[in-house]
Amino acid sequence: MSGAGMNLTLRIWRQAGPEDKGGFRTYRLADVSEHMSFLEMLDVLNEQLTELGEEPVAFDHDCREGICGMCSLMINGQAHGPDKETTTCQLHMRRFRDGDTIVIEPWRARAFPVVRDLVVDRSSFDRVMNEGGFVSVNSGNAPDGNCLPVPAQDQNKAMDAAACIGCGACVASCKNASAMLFVSAKVSQLALLPQGKPERSQRVLKMVAQMDEEGFGNCTNTSECEAACPAAISVSNIARMNREYMRALVCSDETV
Amino acid sequence: MAKVAESTLDGRVPEGPIAQKWDNRKNEMGLVSPNNKRKYDVIVVGTGLAGASAAASLAELGYNVKAFCFQDSPRRAHSIAAQGGINAAKNYPNDGDSTWRLFYDTVKGGDYRAREANVYRLSQVSGSIIDQCVAQGVPFAREYGGLLANRTFGGALVSRTFYARGQTGQQLLLGAYSALSRQIGLGKVTMFPRREMLDLIVADGVTRGIVCRDLVTGQMETHTAHAVLLCTGGYGNVFYLSTNAKGCNVTAAWRCHKRGALFANPCYTQIHPTCIPVSGDYQSKLTLMSESLRNDGRVWVPKDASNASSPDAIPEEDRDYYLERRYPAFGNMVPRDVASRAAKERCDAGYGVGSTRQAVYLDFKHAMERDGEDVIRSKYGNLFHMYQKITDENPYQVPMRIYPAVHYTMGGLWVDYNLESNIPGLFVLGEANFSDHGANRLGASALMQGLADGYFVAPYTVGNHIATNRNSLGDIPDDHPAVKEALANATDRINKIMNFAGRRSVDSIHRELGQIMWNKCGMGRTKVGLQEGIAQIQELREVFWNDVKVLGSGQAFNQGLEHAGRVADFLEFAELMCNDALHREESCGGHFREEHQTEDNEARRDDKNFCYVGAWDFQGVGEEPVLHKEPLEFNEVALSTRSYK
Repeated sequence: MSGAGMNLTLRIWRQAGPEDKGGFRTYRLADVSEHMSFLEMLDVLNEQLTELGEEPVAFDHDCREGICGMCSLMINGQAHGPDKETTTCQLHMRRFRDGDTIVIEPWRARAFPVVRDLVVDRSSFDRVMNEGGFVSVNSGNAPDGNCLPVPAQDQNKAMDAAACIGCGACVASCKNASAMLFVSAKVSQLALLPQGKPERSQRVLKMVAQMDEEGFGNCTNTSECEAACPAAISVSNIARMNREYMRALVCSDETV
Repeated sequence: MAKVAESTLDGRVPEGPIAQKWDNRKNEMGLVSPNNKRKYDVIVVGTGLAGASAAASLAELGYNVKAFCFQDSPRRAHSIAAQGGINAAKNYPNDGDSTWRLFYDTVKGGDYRAREANVYRLSQVSGSIIDQCVAQGVPFAREYGGLLANRTFGGALVSRTFYARGQTGQQLLLGAYSALSRQIGLGKVTMFPRREMLDLIVADGVTRGIVCRDLVTGQMETHTAHAVLLCTGGYGNVFYLSTNAKGCNVTAAWRCHKRGALFANPCYTQIHPTCIPVSGDYQSKLTLMSESLRNDGRVWVPKDASNASSPDAIPEEDRDYYLERRYPAFGNMVPRDVASRAAKERCDAGYGVGSTRQAVYLDFKHAMERDGEDVIRSKYGNLFHMYQKITDENPYQVPMRIYPAVHYTMGGLWVDYNLESNIPGLFVLGEANFSDHGANRLGASALMQGLADGYFVAPYTVGNHIATNRNSLGDIPDDHPAVKEALANATDRINKIMNFAGRRSVDSIHRELGQIMWNKCGMGRTKVGLQEGIAQIQELREVFWNDVKVLGSGQAFNQGLEHAGRVADFLEFAELMCNDALHREESCGGHFREEHQTEDNEARRDDKNFCYVGAWDFQGVGEEPVLHKEPLEFNEVALSTRSYK
């Protein structure tokens, strides 16, 4: 496997903690196999750094199969790198060429403060969910699963929205650091299903209010979020959330 | 031979016919009045299917819940990666399914090494899980009439598996996470993300809390409560390469074991037959391709071992569909242990394919000819996409190459019928316990068990523990000696790791451990190999404690330190796993001792001598543990040799 690998220059954001100013450091990595995943390439770098006595680069990762949403990284200015519908952990080095320089940064958004190096705090997403990203049904209350037919089309659209992995690429790629794609995916999933109907007005109002509270920006319909999204969440969900929001303001008794 | 305790373990199974046992237990359990529940604190460690569902359900009842996870959000637990589906005995397809049949399939699939009463309860509540998830808005696949769809999984002759594309675990976990989020919003659950549990607080023989480390600041914390639920998943990463997430670890369970909790059947590990083969020595993990693919994919190797042609150049008559040949009744849908061993047998015999020859083909050509590429795409699109991402091959055009990989661990902390360990007040749910899958888990049963434990078992049994012990369960002060001792113990271990100036990276030691475990305690095990393995583990443990290199500080975010702590525990746990495999002189399910096989290489069980749960009692690192046996009785499903022919 060795001998024919790539030689790469990595410019990586290093930041000791939230209060540290941070900056780029340059590392060289030799003999990188094209079959490696991007994170495996960083593993190799970290082994080298440990060998040299320099603290390894901190980055979030867990499942390494594109579903947990833990990995992040701006790679050459693109959230999760150059491949469409692909998380960083599923990006492979065959996408790069010998001699390339790769710039690696954390997600940058006011609502996602840096914890260390490439790791950011995305708990703002959880707090938005706590406000309404659910159906209020206690364990044991449910009627038989087949007593409420759902048209396959609606189910499919709901599933498309529910596929969001909560990684934050939408926020990181948006010039306004807006979380509209993330929030609208959950609002859409539950608005499309009969189970979500009783709480639909309250849900959208409360989730949007919390989204604003967390310091996410507004949506200006650039659609960078959709382009960056590894789970192929469509911006049509944002349109649906806007309709849900207007409907809740005009047609319901709910207030924020 | 292992030291054996004199008295047998009692699983405290309720009286009565099997179908009445759970009702009988519920009727005899103590209750906490609705107004009093708010006076009690419950700790839930881990927020996967078991943990999130338990935390939400207990908070709904009124308890004050504190939930902990090592990830940055409870939504990321590894349950999220489960692909294929969740079983339930709904019999919606009208194909003859029933509570009894799901129970029977699970006991048989587990190779008669699970506790019958637990499995029956699992089957009984399986339908309610689907109802609960539908009510939460989980978008299960549906037929055009709007009703729920099913598919078939291994080890069953009925279609009872509910699914959400190839992302069932994700959707079920996000359902449980949504219930948890609601309780966090209501203030009934306090969520502690990026925390790692490092010790259990046991005062006067009763579980009273945990010690954990804040992974962002490095601060050590103690949290006390009236009950602790451990929902921390399995130990597959002892093999380094597995389908588990990188963070999955045995630490929380192992620290409980060192506090006295019995560890049951650690040698029962599941090697999943359909994973993407290893491609290089930098590899950090293995990726599963869902078992559901075997509904439409056919497994084969060339009949001629020297035939290295590309798969499309090998005509039908030169292909060996070995699962269909060996197991005509179940064909490609045999259980996982059987399919994995059959793949290993073909590769060991020289028939493997691809550059490493450690792979077999999983071919969709016939299914695409029959149903069309679009149908296959709609069923498995995300899996095919993932395969192509990793291998750079298009599975719509060439067969997938697959090989078995470590996937799930059936063993875990010993629990009684109430899912309570031998330390009162410590409950263990989901993959972290040993209870329901025996020596082999059937596909689509892990999600079922995690949610059954969390939504429908623990909410009753935790209440029973509190109600029956309420007079002795006073509040415990933070300066209680047991709290201080546990905190000091956990802190010492961190300091010990940080004070080294060694040369070996944590990752290199972990990889080496994985190699030992795969070679000596993997798909095929022998007495000699296991003994060698134990000696190698002991040596490697010495290397770790003399030469490990962890940079940075214990008082800060330090991923190297997190990994080191987990590997240190794996190095102790691995020895127990080998000891368990060594003592169990039989082959059953995922535990295959090469000395114990039939002439046609099938597992040979020894019911006369080994029909029991082997639960180990910790005596010190490197000390021989004491074996406690819980005899298994099979009153409903007669003990017989498993056959899928």
